[in-house]
Amino acid sequence: MFKGSQMSAYVDFIRIRFLTMLAYRVNYYTGILIYTLNIGVYYFTWKAIYGDGGELGGFSASQMTTYIAVSWMARAFYFNNLDREISNDIRDGSIAIHFIRPYNYLFVKMMQGFGEGLFRFLLFMVPGMLIAILLFPVTLPTSWVAWTGFLVMLFFSFLINSQINMITGLMSFFVENNEGFMRMKRVVVDLFSGLIIPISLFPEWMSKLLSFLPFQAITYLPGSVFTGRIEGVGIWNVLGIQVVWFIVLLLPMVLLYQASRRRVFVQGG
Amino acid sequence: MYYLGLINEYLKNYMKSRLTYRADFWVEVISDLMFQVTNLIFIFVIFMHTNSLGGWSQNEVIFVYGFFMLPYGVFSCFVNLWGFSERYIVKGEMDRIMTRPAHNLFQIFLENVDPPALMGSIVGIVIMIVSGAQLDLVWPWWSIPAIIILTLSAVAIYTGIYTILTSISFYSDAPTGILPLMYNIQGYGRYPVTIYNRAIQVLLTWIIPFAFVGVYPASLFLQKEGLSQMAFLTPVVGIVFFTIGITAWNQGVKRYRGAGS
Repeated sequence: MFKGSQMSAYVDFIRIRFLTMLAYRVNYYTGILIYTLNIGVYYFTWKAIYGDGGELGGFSASQMTTYIAVSWMARAFYFNNLDREISNDIRDGSIAIHFIRPYNYLFVKMMQGFGEGLFRFLLFMVPGMLIAILLFPVTLPTSWVAWTGFLVMLFFSFLINSQINMITGLMSFFVENNEGFMRMKRVVVDLFSGLIIPISLFPEWMSKLLSFLPFQAITYLPGSVFTGRIEGVGIWNVLGIQVVWFIVLLLPMVLLYQASRRRVFVQGG
Repeated sequence: MYYLGLINEYLKNYMKSRLTYRADFWVEVISDLMFQVTNLIFIFVIFMHTNSLGGWSQNEVIFVYGFFMLPYGVFSCFVNLWGFSERYIVKGEMDRIMTRPAHNLFQIFLENVDPPALMGSIVGIVIMIVSGAQLDLVWPWWSIPAIIILTLSAVAIYTGIYTILTSISFYSDAPTGILPLMYNIQGYGRYPVTIYNRAIQVLLTWIIPFAFVGVYPASLFLQKEGLSQMAFLTPVVGIVFFTIGITAWNQGVKRYRGAGS
């Protein structure tokens, strides 16, 4: 599919983004503090809700703690601003340059996102998780199956979240000021992915509806594996859901991309 | 008077540029409201599983939320420092600002006004009235002046905090990713802070005082024991943080040397 030299160019995009992020690592120390605070706030909120009660939506209080910690720290990894980057490229017209270069723009963006993801995984998620484990009663999975399953699913969380970001970014071709959509997307992903509220705690009709949307594949499904609510063969099923969404989301991405190449018009000068 | 005239001119300009993108105006209003709706969903879902959150009923929490929306809307309308570092420092726009007579921060605020955000304040007022009615809340005669003072104080707190954080970009050239992160935290001031542990309470009260933009001032009307006294501190905290913000900003501007290219 690719010539050898072309592939190594793509790998360079990962490397360069990783190094760029490394230069700004101080920001991420603050990030760790703030994410820990996020976990703390939700931990105490849920603690107040549980009171002495046993189970909510199939979550025991201790599973909820673990779920909150791992979900926020997973977000620390999969989060990126590909939507904003693409939207900016479109608005300032530099996308035209990318189009004439001998690479696939979307693939380059994905690679850059992955470079950022690698950085975020090693310097944000892993140390953040260690701090969360120290501060809150988090229970780690004991089986290696859960660990492997979770890590593979985490990678798909990244892919699906990036796809949604890229689709949102490409929307800039069709709505001149994409700011509103990007903000809406961020909120929708946080809420409907199960980060703020685990899907099973929503009212019946809503959790049913959400199970037909891609967002749960970002946080809720991997979180469920990590907390041990889904085990053994079940892991294959939820991983399957992620793979299906990954493939399904390729379609609008490619279609938007094709349409946008025909639609390039640069605003202003 | 001079500054009031400027506000008028900038708003006129805003309207002109906005009328070119009419559809975006509504996209923005709707996305703002969607954001608020998702937060309300969180509250509704929580109360499907419990009757009280640290001794607060659903309507009380919703009332606090309504109050929270009021200053937040005013703040997001007039103060918008997102992307300051990229736009004004990296691209050197700050040069243009500084050659003009009006205070530089004031100009930056006005260049980025966002009137659709005020819609959130209106919705907030409606939420306060509706949930207040369900709580059989008595509105004393001083309610309206109190709401105005508390709103202005809360706006001063927001402005102070965000100005302090933005001033950092005068000292370090790294794009500050702190602002979006702060965004998550400010929301925590709208839940009864007593459910958190001591450390988080102290943090939200004295260090990044977001409890003063939501739960403390709102509890004045709900007559919550212990918390409603804190409401009286809101203007003080507002003045203190606003002053720190402006000082940090003015110090920072002195270090501004223009962009390299």
